[in-house]
Amino acid sequence: MADLFEVTDLHLSLPDMTAKPLIGAAPRIEILKGLSFTLPEGKVTGIVGESGSGKSTLGRALVRLLEPTGGSIRFAGQDITHLPEPALAPLRRDLQMIFQDPMSSLNPRHTVGRIVAMPMKRFGRGGSRAEVAAALERVGLPAGFAARYPHELSGGQRQRVGIARAIALSPRFILADEIVSGLDVSSQAQVLTLLERLAAEMGLTIAFISHDLSVIRRLCAQVIVLQHGRIVEAGPCERLFDAPRSDYTRALIDAIPLPEIDPGWLGREVVQT
Amino acid sequence: MLLKTLLARLASMVITLFGVAVVVFVIIRVAPGDPIAMMLPPGASDADVERLRALYGLDRSMPEQFLIWLGGVLQGDFGTSISLRQPVAGLVLGRLPATLELSALALVIALVLGGFLAIFGARHRATPLEAGVDLTNGAALSVPDFLWGLVLILLFGVLWPVLEISGRVSPRLDLPFATQFYLVESILRLRFDLTADLLSHMIMPALALALPLAAIIAQLLKQSLKEVLNLDYVTLARVRGYSELRVILREGLRNAALPTLTLVGVQFTFLIGGTVIVERLFSYEGLGNMAIDAVINRDLPLIQGIVLLFAVIFILVNLAVDLTYSLLNPRLRHG
Ligand SMILES: Nc1ncnc2c1ncn2[C@@H]1O[C@H](COP(=O)(O)OP(=O)(O)OP(=O)(O)O)[C@@H](O)[C@H]1O
Ligand SMILES: [Mg+2]
Repeated sequence: MADLFEVTDLHLSLPDMTAKPLIGAAPRIEILKGLSFTLPEGKVTGIVGESGSGKSTLGRALVRLLEPTGGSIRFAGQDITHLPEPALAPLRRDLQMIFQDPMSSLNPRHTVGRIVAMPMKRFGRGGSRAEVAAALERVGLPAGFAARYPHELSGGQRQRVGIARAIALSPRFILADEIVSGLDVSSQAQVLTLLERLAAEMGLTIAFISHDLSVIRRLCAQVIVLQHGRIVEAGPCERLFDAPRSDYTRALIDAIPLPEIDPGWLGREVVQT
Repeated sequence: MLLKTLLARLASMVITLFGVAVVVFVIIRVAPGDPIAMMLPPGASDADVERLRALYGLDRSMPEQFLIWLGGVLQGDFGTSISLRQPVAGLVLGRLPATLELSALALVIALVLGGFLAIFGARHRATPLEAGVDLTNGAALSVPDFLWGLVLILLFGVLWPVLEISGRVSPRLDLPFATQFYLVESILRLRFDLTADLLSHMIMPALALALPLAAIIAQLLKQSLKEVLNLDYVTLARVRGYSELRVILREGLRNAALPTLTLVGVQFTFLIGGTVIVERLFSYEGLGNMAIDAVINRDLPLIQGIVLLFAVIFILVNLAVDLTYSLLNPRLRHG
């Protein structure tokens, strides 16, 4: 299968505002230090790493919320590394994103219907009441939710709205940055099931960022492991979990908590997983 | 639910006003100075003094005086001004529109100026232009309103005399007005010549009152705008290709305005308090100017009436802010 993204020697540094002298430019800290990888079309790729390893920064570079300071990013064959915003505009339809905190990604003053319709209208791809209802239905929300405000929804429902908005335009790529880490376990499972189904149905290419390997294992075909802005290991999911090549990956895998069930809770039967 | 809140507020308003009335009543009677002595020419006989004291009820004990005053208030009689010899209610209500118009104009100026600075600063955040906005705010804040009044008089009254420095309206004009709301009426009657004259008197005092508030609004609104502009939904609007200004106005402003609004309410009451000195400075015939005269003359009933009216205004402003807040906050509206 063809690669949707080809990333070569990606570097990205940002000014460190905390160390900015009173006069003059802030020193730059290098966050991504030469990453090369590809994202195959129609597959979900997991990006893992501990907090501060540069996962979000990498994601934001892929959808060009940040401009790389070195290397190149090719999207569908086109070099988008330094494309200015106006030139990116036609690509924006295909570069969608879902964020970690739906309270921050949904405008509290807009109804769910308006939020979902916005990108459709912006790109002249409908946005009528019926189309919004269809988009909501696809993520398992009743059409009546279109009239609600974000604060009237549960966390899982809000995240579904974020997903509905992202898939409304049938994009070629979706960045999902820690989209379940704010949810309780059962909503997590539901949102993951939904995303799994949509990815299969629509053949979505997704970069799924998470620090939780158990989530990645369930969803992703391949995995990229980041540490301090470098790739320590990348490869197919199964191989990586069965035979991790680096100690860092092994440590991440070992850190996955085993689900434990209180024996008393299920009566006499003791269940061990 | 709204009705219940409103009733509760009304009850607390009555209690507050009663408290204010008691405190003011005691303070102005304990403070040194004798209103009767101020009224009489030197050499008046003791008998004259006693007669006048009895006339204004000042010979009775303080609780007695208060009950008499309160009884009058409950019937709508706020007493008679000692220095002006007219019913307090009429005097005070006659001056109220002038002060309301001045404060409202100052508030509008502060909102426009502060809003503009905030949006401009947020639009150019992390550039020298934002530093310029901060500097402007700091300057506007560190000078109190009456000093701004003096500076403005110097600038636009003396060095470049384009504005009127004294009064509310030019004395040569006759005003065909039915109410004391001159500015509002001149606009409603399409007498824009009079509007212009009124404004040329009002702009400087209004600006003096507005500048510190504008700085506070600019600072706070800019801060909350910058926070909101980092949120993901704003990022999404931005990558949808909307201009930064449009993103600020359409996605940011309404969500950022809420915390500022609460503060504007509190600060607006300070602004109204500021009218006392600023009106004096510009000889503007409002409530504040009258308050200073009343204090100089130890005009107890008049002081009492003015303070009470100010208290009513403060309470109403706070009530208005609370109502607007619950109207603007989606959580309170739908929750
Ligand atoms: N705007 C910025 N300016 C300066 N440094 C930044 C900025 N954004 C991120 N960083 C730094 O870059 C590094 C990587 O941040 P990033 O958000 O990409 O990490 P992450 O892997 O997503 O972590 P988490 O799992 O906590 O979300 C961190 O050390 C962070 O402090
Ligand atoms: Mg992150």
